[in-house]
Amino acid sequence: MVLNEADTRDGSSDVEQLEKHNIIVTTLEKIWNWSRARSFWPLSYGCNCCPIEMMASGAARFDIARYGYEVFRASPRQADLLIVAGPITLKMAPVVKRVYEQMPSPKWVLAMGNCATSGGPFRDGYSILPGADTLFKVDIFVPGCPPRPEALFHGLLELKKKVERGDY
Amino acid sequence: MIETETYTINIGPQHPSTHGGLHVEAIMDGEEVKDAIVHVGYVHRSVEKIAESRTYAQFVPYASRLDYLASHLPTLGYVQAVEKLAGIIVPERAEYIRVIVSELSRIASHMIFVGSLAIDLGATTGMVYCFRDRERIMDMFEMSSGQRMIASYMRLGGISADLPESFYPAVESFINDLPGMIAEYHGLISGNEILQERCKDVGILSAQDAVAYGVTGPNLRASGVDYDLRRDDPYGIYPRFEFRVPTGQNGDSWDRFMVRIEEMEQSGRIIKQALRDMPSGEIQAKVPRILKPEKGREVYHRVESSKGELGFHLVSDGSDKPYRVHVRAPSFINLMVLPLICRGGKLQDVITNIATLDPVLGESDR
Repeated sequence: MVLNEADTRDGSSDVEQLEKHNIIVTTLEKIWNWSRARSFWPLSYGCNCCPIEMMASGAARFDIARYGYEVFRASPRQADLLIVAGPITLKMAPVVKRVYEQMPSPKWVLAMGNCATSGGPFRDGYSILPGADTLFKVDIFVPGCPPRPEALFHGLLELKKKVERGDY
Repeated sequence: MIETETYTINIGPQHPSTHGGLHVEAIMDGEEVKDAIVHVGYVHRSVEKIAESRTYAQFVPYASRLDYLASHLPTLGYVQAVEKLAGIIVPERAEYIRVIVSELSRIASHMIFVGSLAIDLGATTGMVYCFRDRERIMDMFEMSSGQRMIASYMRLGGISADLPESFYPAVESFINDLPGMIAEYHGLISGNEILQERCKDVGILSAQDAVAYGVTGPNLRASGVDYDLRRDDPYGIYPRFEFRVPTGQNGDSWDRFMVRIEEMEQSGRIIKQALRDMPSGEIQAKVPRILKPEKGREVYHRVESSKGELGFHLVSDGSDKPYRVHVRAPSFINLMVLPLICRGGKLQDVITNIATLDPVLGESDR
């Protein structure tokens, strides 16, 4: 838009002038992060108790759709959030790694439950990896065995703040 | 029919319909399934080995995590096995409370079964209804034990705490509403013609095959074998209750579905009777803090879990830790009939069959 002479007379900058006309100036990256943080598409992956709480958080009482994160995808190629729910066994590790690599960037990882955080109660076992962060970078850890749906939401909202900041 | 070159379709381990980490390798000829190879072990958490480095009491939370859909049932099996091993007598009131929470978790597990069958067959709304009703059971577990799903409520020789006052009105209103919930499932899910078409005459398991493979639980009863451990090899105080064991005729997916729905009603009956007869009194027997069963003793104890016969084999070496713990996992054994019932069917029937066999992989892989 073209600013007229009256707008620039008070010595304010061009950006401030634009805001007076209800035009917000930002960077594309900020807009993308703003929208990314409000619509994660989680991958429906899980292999133990935690996915049941994940399903419960998607069901009627807790209703993950209130936050806009309800689009659970079955294919990693359509998802941008991997919720690692459950223990990562040695047999499962290459599968999770491959699933993670199939997801398009930018992507985030939320480790749900004690097993995905540190190995949890099964840490002593011979067939368990001590946490998802041994495989890839994890953005948010949600403790609990299994975490309540409210705890999962808290983790997701923390991740939202992180993504909004562009800190990933 | 023209035979063409076979090809393989991998279902899982990352797949929304595999109930955890199950991998089924379907060998296809056109759209017909020639063979299905089941790969398990993706959730193998070495529970049996961990048990050898835990004391008898410390293993209780691990037992809860075997079958996380009905966490009270494996706990019941484990604590009763240890009580058999050490000769502990449980107070009456604790026995009744155990029955109430066990049957509630059986209902919760079957609700997840109905919901996950619906979502596997493409009816997402069905899942929401079942989870809505299951939340009421989760509330009751939270009242009694503090945890929603994996309660670890039972202790060796009793239970961790008495039921709070708020539990009784909650369980009574739940039992009164249960017939209404089941009627709603019938109207919404089993009354749906698409679901009927996809379940009836799909995955037929004959009674002979079911017995030969060692299938137990609702899957066996759906094939027409009238066998329930709660009645035929009773444990705890189950002989005191009156209930019917529902059976099917054809052994197809539809019967497996209907048997579970009827079992929910029967569990409701048991809870009603238990609430009526429950005495007051102690909830915990005197158990030594360091429990050391006699050396060389071994027991096998089995309970009717929501999946089938769940057995615990314990061997004692005289120390405070078990020498060996073996779990007879019904899900694992039930899964072994999957190739048999999938052969000759279509690819979409594999999904129906996995859902109606109702495996829980945490227990199957241990």
